[in-house]
Amino acid sequence: MRTEPLFQPVMSEVRSTRTVSLTFNEQPLNVPAGTSVAAALLMSGIGRFRATPVSESPRAPYCMMGVCFECLVEIDGVPNRQSCLIEVSDGMRIRSQEGARDLMFAPVDVETFEVQP
Amino acid sequence: MSQDANGVTQADVIVIGGGLVGTAVAYGLARNGADTLVLDQGDDAFRASRGNFGLVWVQGKGHDLPDYSRWTRSSAARWAGFAQMLLGDGGVDVQLRQQGGFHMCFSDDEMLERQTRLQTLQDALGDYPFQMLDAADLKARLPLIGPAVVGASYTPQDGHVNPLKLLRALHASTQARGGRLIGGVQVDRIDCAVGEFCVTAGQRRFIAPRIVLAAGLGNPGLARQVGLHAPVAPNRGQVLVSERVRPFLDYPTINVRQTDEGTVQLGDSMEEVGFDDRTTTEVLAKIARRGVSTFPLLSQVRLVRAWGALRVMSPDGFPIYQQSPRHPGAFVVTCHSGVTLAAAHALRIAPWIMGGEQPEELGVFTGERFLTDKVFSHAH
Repeated sequence: MRTEPLFQPVMSEVRSTRTVSLTFNEQPLNVPAGTSVAAALLMSGIGRFRATPVSESPRAPYCMMGVCFECLVEIDGVPNRQSCLIEVSDGMRIRSQEGARDLMFAPVDVETFEVQP
Repeated sequence: MSQDANGVTQADVIVIGGGLVGTAVAYGLARNGADTLVLDQGDDAFRASRGNFGLVWVQGKGHDLPDYSRWTRSSAARWAGFAQMLLGDGGVDVQLRQQGGFHMCFSDDEMLERQTRLQTLQDALGDYPFQMLDAADLKARLPLIGPAVVGASYTPQDGHVNPLKLLRALHASTQARGGRLIGGVQVDRIDCAVGEFCVTAGQRRFIAPRIVLAAGLGNPGLARQVGLHAPVAPNRGQVLVSERVRPFLDYPTINVRQTDEGTVQLGDSMEEVGFDDRTTTEVLAKIARRGVSTFPLLSQVRLVRAWGALRVMSPDGFPIYQQSPRHPGAFVVTCHSGVTLAAAHALRIAPWIMGGEQPEELGVFTGERFLTDKVFSHAH
């Protein structure tokens, strides 16, 4: 029976010891470059990525392949990002996704709500 | 209910089809004490019940057939009590919100057409409340409406539910009332004898004095075997669903609604493409554009899934309800509004199947109406 992992790290990063700095809820973290945000947060000991919109219960990544939407976080001000599909980068500001995002009071494109004369 | 050594299962009523229509009827039957057996094809079936938009919708329906409007309204009027029954029996809250619904218009011509249609209904039915709202009135009701919307019609009986929870509620409630659901049953044949129907599915047989065909797009072939005519055909609708967002829309509309759990559903396409439930970029783009025109803040929303599903459509778009003249005890119950009509199916169709009077609106819904040379069209 096959026991070795099905997945391989990104080739350019295999022997790399390069790390990137980012923050999760203002907490500074150094994580290996080339990993997904979800993997980086998990290996940093983060166990609560978000609160569900319906019952506000805590959630962490489940599928790690873009299907389950359990790993949602806010990245650089953009809510509901699937952290398992996004590679870490230096200076990223990540926040836990607290319930559903708010469309009405989103900081971007406020002018689109205005009626045209 | 019992199963003998020969693999024969007996019941008072067999319902073929475990979707919204079949289980609504079955729930009504079980509530009335009938020993009810639901035979469901399985998850490889085309399931309109798992692809639909969840509207409890009255407005505009039946402008050319007042009995359809009456039937629809009789179900909408029973929906609040029906939701309570489902909660009590199955323990599932279907999230009914029935505070009225809006149909947006994007041109003065559309407004006029809408007004004419609803006025025709009011003239025919008398008590048929509706309002036509201009852009300013509408904005007062729905502040996030976009500038491309010139107005809307509103009727107070419209609402919506979570359709997946409704299917689960019907399954749970039917079983809580003693009904039995058997999955993975591909019906091969129905044999009719006097006072008895025998359903054969592989090695298994199911026998009952009454049988209800509620198999959606499977109905034409089944109906033929019991002396009924049910020429339904697929009509594809495509649907988009978004990430969860905080509540921004308190009312359902014909093409955009926000679910109880925060996702935004966008839809209302109609295509005649046979048994093809795939999606197409062109139609999805059109649905998205119309959604953004309706509520511009949706341009910011992330879509997470899209799917196609097949409506169960008769040639004129109206349901088919009929007891077989040749084989009494066999009924066909088929329609494309399985959510809206669920309350009527449980509370008014089920007593008819058990031997009660046929509901008075249903005389016009026999399958024989299609046995003419007339060319039909449907606009839902």
